[in-house]
Amino acid sequence: MRLDPHHGVVGTAAPRIDGLAQATGSLRYVDDLAFPGMLWGKILRSTQAHARVVSVDTRAAEAMPGVRAVLTGEDFPVAFGLLPVSQDEHALAIDKVRHVGEPVAAVAADDPDIAQRAVDAIEVVYEPLPAVTTMEEAAAMADEPIHGEGPRVNRHREVSLEFGDVDAGFDAAYHVREDVLFYQGNNHAALETHGAVGLLTDEGRLHVYSSTQVPHYLHRILAKVLEMPEGAIRVTACPTGGGFGGKTDVFSHELVAAKFALVTGRPTKIVLTREEVFYAHRGRHPVLMWIKTGFTEDGRITAMWLKTYVDGGAYGSYGAASLLYTGQLLPVTYDIPAYRFQGVRFFTNKPACGPKRGHGTPQGRFGLEVHLDKAAEDLALDPVAIRRRNLIEPHSLTVNHLRVTSCGLAECLDRVVDASGFRDRYGEMPPGRGLGLAVGAYLSGAGLPIYFNDMPQSEVMLKVDRGGGVTVYSMAADCGQGSTTMLATVVGEALGLDPTELTVVTADTDLTPIDLGSYSSRVTFMAGNAALEAALRLGDLILTAVADEWEVDPDRVELGRGVVVAGDRQMTWREAVQIAEARWGLLVATGSYKPPKDIKGDYRGAGVGPSPAYSYSACVAEVAVDADTGVVSVEKVWLAHDIGRSINPLMVQGQIEGSVHMALGEVLMEEQAFRGALHDGPSLLDYKIPTVLEMCDVESIIVESVDPEGPFGAKEVGQGPLLPVIPAVVNAVYDAVGVRIDEVPVRPDKVIAALRDRTRGGTGRYGPTSLPDYEFRPPLPVDPPGR
Amino acid sequence: MEPVTLQINGATHRLFVAPHRTLLETLREDLGLTGTKHGCELGECGACTVLVDGTPTLSCLTLTVEASGSEIVTIEGIGTVAHPHPLQRAFAEFGAAQCGYCTPGMILTAKALLDHRARPGSDEIGEAIAGNMCRCTGYLPIIRAIAAAAEELP
Ligand code: FES
Ligand code: FES
Repeated sequence: MRLDPHHGVVGTAAPRIDGLAQATGSLRYVDDLAFPGMLWGKILRSTQAHARVVSVDTRAAEAMPGVRAVLTGEDFPVAFGLLPVSQDEHALAIDKVRHVGEPVAAVAADDPDIAQRAVDAIEVVYEPLPAVTTMEEAAAMADEPIHGEGPRVNRHREVSLEFGDVDAGFDAAYHVREDVLFYQGNNHAALETHGAVGLLTDEGRLHVYSSTQVPHYLHRILAKVLEMPEGAIRVTACPTGGGFGGKTDVFSHELVAAKFALVTGRPTKIVLTREEVFYAHRGRHPVLMWIKTGFTEDGRITAMWLKTYVDGGAYGSYGAASLLYTGQLLPVTYDIPAYRFQGVRFFTNKPACGPKRGHGTPQGRFGLEVHLDKAAEDLALDPVAIRRRNLIEPHSLTVNHLRVTSCGLAECLDRVVDASGFRDRYGEMPPGRGLGLAVGAYLSGAGLPIYFNDMPQSEVMLKVDRGGGVTVYSMAADCGQGSTTMLATVVGEALGLDPTELTVVTADTDLTPIDLGSYSSRVTFMAGNAALEAALRLGDLILTAVADEWEVDPDRVELGRGVVVAGDRQMTWREAVQIAEARWGLLVATGSYKPPKDIKGDYRGAGVGPSPAYSYSACVAEVAVDADTGVVSVEKVWLAHDIGRSINPLMVQGQIEGSVHMALGEVLMEEQAFRGALHDGPSLLDYKIPTVLEMCDVESIIVESVDPEGPFGAKEVGQGPLLPVIPAVVNAVYDAVGVRIDEVPVRPDKVIAALRDRTRGGTGRYGPTSLPDYEFRPPLPVDPPGR
Repeated sequence: MEPVTLQINGATHRLFVAPHRTLLETLREDLGLTGTKHGCELGECGACTVLVDGTPTLSCLTLTVEASGSEIVTIEGIGTVAHPHPLQRAFAEFGAAQCGYCTPGMILTAKALLDHRARPGSDEIGEAIAGNMCRCTGYLPIIRAIAAAAEELP
């Protein structure tokens, strides 16, 4: 069978196969489910930032008519956490609460009003403890640390690595510069709030429906926390009303809804309010960073040293990985000969941070791309030249042992520079207008699974019925990114079938084979490869059966669109399927995908960063800055993205435009900010996301480097395009008004402060000036590859 | 409980509701019209938009008793998968829905616009949907879809 796309399915800008179900309101999200006798659950959340839970009195709640069950921390003795190294959470607080909004108790009642009244009737006695809300505080010794016994520093994890001789690189440099920058945390703000329904099946098994992006991990953690065999639990991930990483952790409400079903025997639904979403959080980590780079006179990097200080909030979540991502992917765009990366993630008494689109990389990428623009100015180079001089080569190894395969970064850079007229217009625009440039790279799937095992990360099964219908089974969860359509497109291309004719069954632990989940931009690459393998095997079964029937050499038989052909002989797909079923019995084919083993180094920390392929992006942003109000308007973004191969250009463009939107929110307005330990405004009124009026024009440029290992050459697009937009806008602000805002978001008050500073003879910079008083351990030396 | 009579998608519903029950709750929970979504229930996101006497209205801020006697149109009332409204077809065709959660509210807001303005420009479309948040698409395909549907409608 042929491996290149030739059926005109891959590469066609076709609508999603569920597009009309979405547009008619018939697609069913978790909160659209209703079951006879269903109860409504509500969660009581902590009013304290850090406190011992002295007592939880649920008697009044239990006595209320219509209340069917009340749960507290005692009902959930088993700790959990998404990463095996961070088993630090309980479904409901035991002994201690660690942030305002932490789940403490829960009620299931006949209707949501009763449940809310009962929650309000629960009496909790807290013994307040000193709260830690800043990284400076977290770096100090605490008698009452957030986790564990004191006295100790509120450190969660630390990384300290050195690849090559960094000091020698600085010594050899013609110019060395240092910068301190800050990237504020923010929330995913998916339009659908999280929800779950737990129920018992007729056979007495537990069935949990959830808005999760990771049904497999939810399945594992339900089994652990509820102390049940996995086989007694079924998890179904409903279509998700937006995820962006916000639904890749396992949350209290999922475990609690499941437990209510077990306790009451009745279906129980819990849907979070918008306010609760800001407490459940797991959003972008606030990161303070210090970056120092040495350059030759012509701008070649000689060495780099990055320190990141990461505010993790109260729990581990994905944080051990998030911390590593703040630095591990910087060498994927630039050839850095020597690199020292030190980072620390602190615990603070705030909702836990976790993965959001770009997971840990937007912060470091912002720091590096702004830093490079400043270095270019120091060296009297232009922003294009300094980047071009340092670009990573395709098919190379980075200094930290990441394997780069296809790389269209140079083309991305050229394409945005040309399309935007950057060479002629940069530095030449009227006052108040500017252009900025930046690049980025992202994973096409995390190379390692979250829990250690040697099994595939994605598996797909195909089943054919006698009418010729093909059903694709995969656990991939569609969180809006279009994985369901991707699966149908890959299988359709391989078999010559129209994706709309296929049935795709997804995201159900009873029905579908493993896919680890919709995170780390892994699904197109991994589930796509598994689907392709299954389709090729199925195609072979059919072609050999037809070849026998026709008594011709199997190599001469091919799949066309809906037909099987050999020379001038032809039969329909349906006929071919029946011949194959007569020959082989039930027509089923499977495919699996596991990343290659040689894509990582073998130092501690090497597990985060490797991917079977990296996507690349380059961005030019054009801004207008009002010097009186400090308001920055982004007028246009040119974004070129190397996706390897575009499976569906309409959906690729959608991911690029959506990434630009989310990036504009992060760079201009969004902050998960706190007054002490209190969220600054846990509502969509206070937490501003860009409306259509703040959205800019986007010119999307799709670059196809055809990856040697991706399905039909495809890589990722869901996250990568966000990365360069943020620093490109910040760099454009400097081009427009000559002030450096070393802090995201670029709020008007910061721009005004920087402009005033410059008028008063200052440097015209706004940003952090100091770092927490924290001593990193000496870096672990790691030899760069081949050196 | 208050008696109310609701005209929804051309059908008459007589029911008793608590005076504080919102139209959103009545539609979704009492009548099973779950095509109407919700992202905040505080009037911030636009996901719960329905048409009340032709005007886009946030059903989370509307009490059911207030809507008594009005003509209400929800996403279920303007088309089905088999017979989609031109806006619904255009939203699918232009990739104007990714997760699809803002889509019903967005389409009803657009319908109200197109009911009054035959060929709105993209600025007018933007003004009209400024109260409807979308976290996935960056709004650009939504504007394209609405403009394309406007071409198709009489
Ligand atoms: S749910 Fe009504 S505006 Fe958000
Ligand atoms: S398509 Fe997801 S919120 Fe608009």
